[in-house]
Amino acid sequence: MKRSLPLAMLLALSLAPAARAANEADYKAAYATAEAASKEAAGLRNQWTTTVATLAAARKAADGGDFDRATASAREAEALAKASIFQATTEKDAWKAMEIR
Amino acid sequence: MKTRSALLLGSLSAALAAFALTSPRVIAADKVDPVADAKAFQNFFFQKFPEVKHEDFVNGPYSMNADMKRQWQEKEEFPPYEFALDAGKEMFATPFKNGKTYADCFPNGGVGIRQNYPYFDEKEGKVVTLELALNRCREANGEQPYSYVKDEMASLTAYMAFTSRGKPMEIRIPDDPRALAAFENGKRYFYTRRGQMNFSCASCHVQSPGERIRAEVLAPALGILNAMPIYRSEWSGMGTISRRFVTCNSQTRAVPLEPQSDEYRDVEYFLSYVANGLPISGPGARP
Repeated sequence: MKRSLPLAMLLALSLAPAARAANEADYKAAYATAEAASKEAAGLRNQWTTTVATLAAARKAADGGDFDRATASAREAEALAKASIFQATTEKDAWKAMEIR
Repeated sequence: MKTRSALLLGSLSAALAAFALTSPRVIAADKVDPVADAKAFQNFFFQKFPEVKHEDFVNGPYSMNADMKRQWQEKEEFPPYEFALDAGKEMFATPFKNGKTYADCFPNGGVGIRQNYPYFDEKEGKVVTLELALNRCREANGEQPYSYVKDEMASLTAYMAFTSRGKPMEIRIPDDPRALAAFENGKRYFYTRRGQMNFSCASCHVQSPGERIRAEVLAPALGILNAMPIYRSEWSGMGTISRRFVTCNSQTRAVPLEPQSDEYRDVEYFLSYVANGLPISGPGARP
């Protein structure tokens, strides 16, 4: 029993997916997704300044070879862009609730 | 069987009657009615601030705060927009290279007409603002257009506003579905939340006029354009209506639209129309 516990733990650890550093391919995929969402937001005339700034930060980090940071920024930009799309979509009708009648 | 048919027929009639009674209300709510909108808009502010004289709303935050108003009245003896006003007057009178002047492009030689802008151009099917008309005048006379957010445009509009001071805003909406659509589009833009801050124009200028946002006292939306262009101490310079819209968007963390885009033209049309009857007070000065 005493010997089997460490063995079981070792086995479990070996099977667990190890967190690995992001590489250029991860960054490029994340950036492409974020950029597509950002373009959709711009098409809805509802781009956020923070989306643009976060995309720029992703590019800057990637230029410096920091793909962990670049990928994280790209994913954040995607989330911001998606939030702006959601805002534009819901506001198509929601604005009427604010109207002075 | 007969009972069932009678019940069915009765239900159908009741449903039809209910539809007939409710549908006109739905249509009426969606109908574009600028006169009713302007009345409701003005009443909202008149009732919210019963102590403010109606013509005083055009003085923005000064109508909301007695201390600020006193300071502003003293500042008005040597107003910070005076340089822009002098520059605008000179620019307005200076002929273009072809010998013509701005006066040739506008009714009444461009004097005392600010209260009629923006107007709906039925030929173009779009709203034309004073800033746009000024640049079109320049281009028609072989001159380069001015930036919509810089000093030259602010100086020219300052002078034109000054020649209209005290005249009531008088915006017309012609009987043209495109004009009504432009008004409605402007209204939609005004009330739509945007930017990461999730603010609409109305969040500040309808829900919170008189309140502070950081160090600033928010101006009421009613008559907000009557004072344009303005000298803003925050900008250390003059600002046009275009600059005001661009800055407002940036402050809510929304990427501003291009100056004189359809949305900006339409929201100017809406805000000016609902201020009909209130005096032109531009050029103004703001903290």
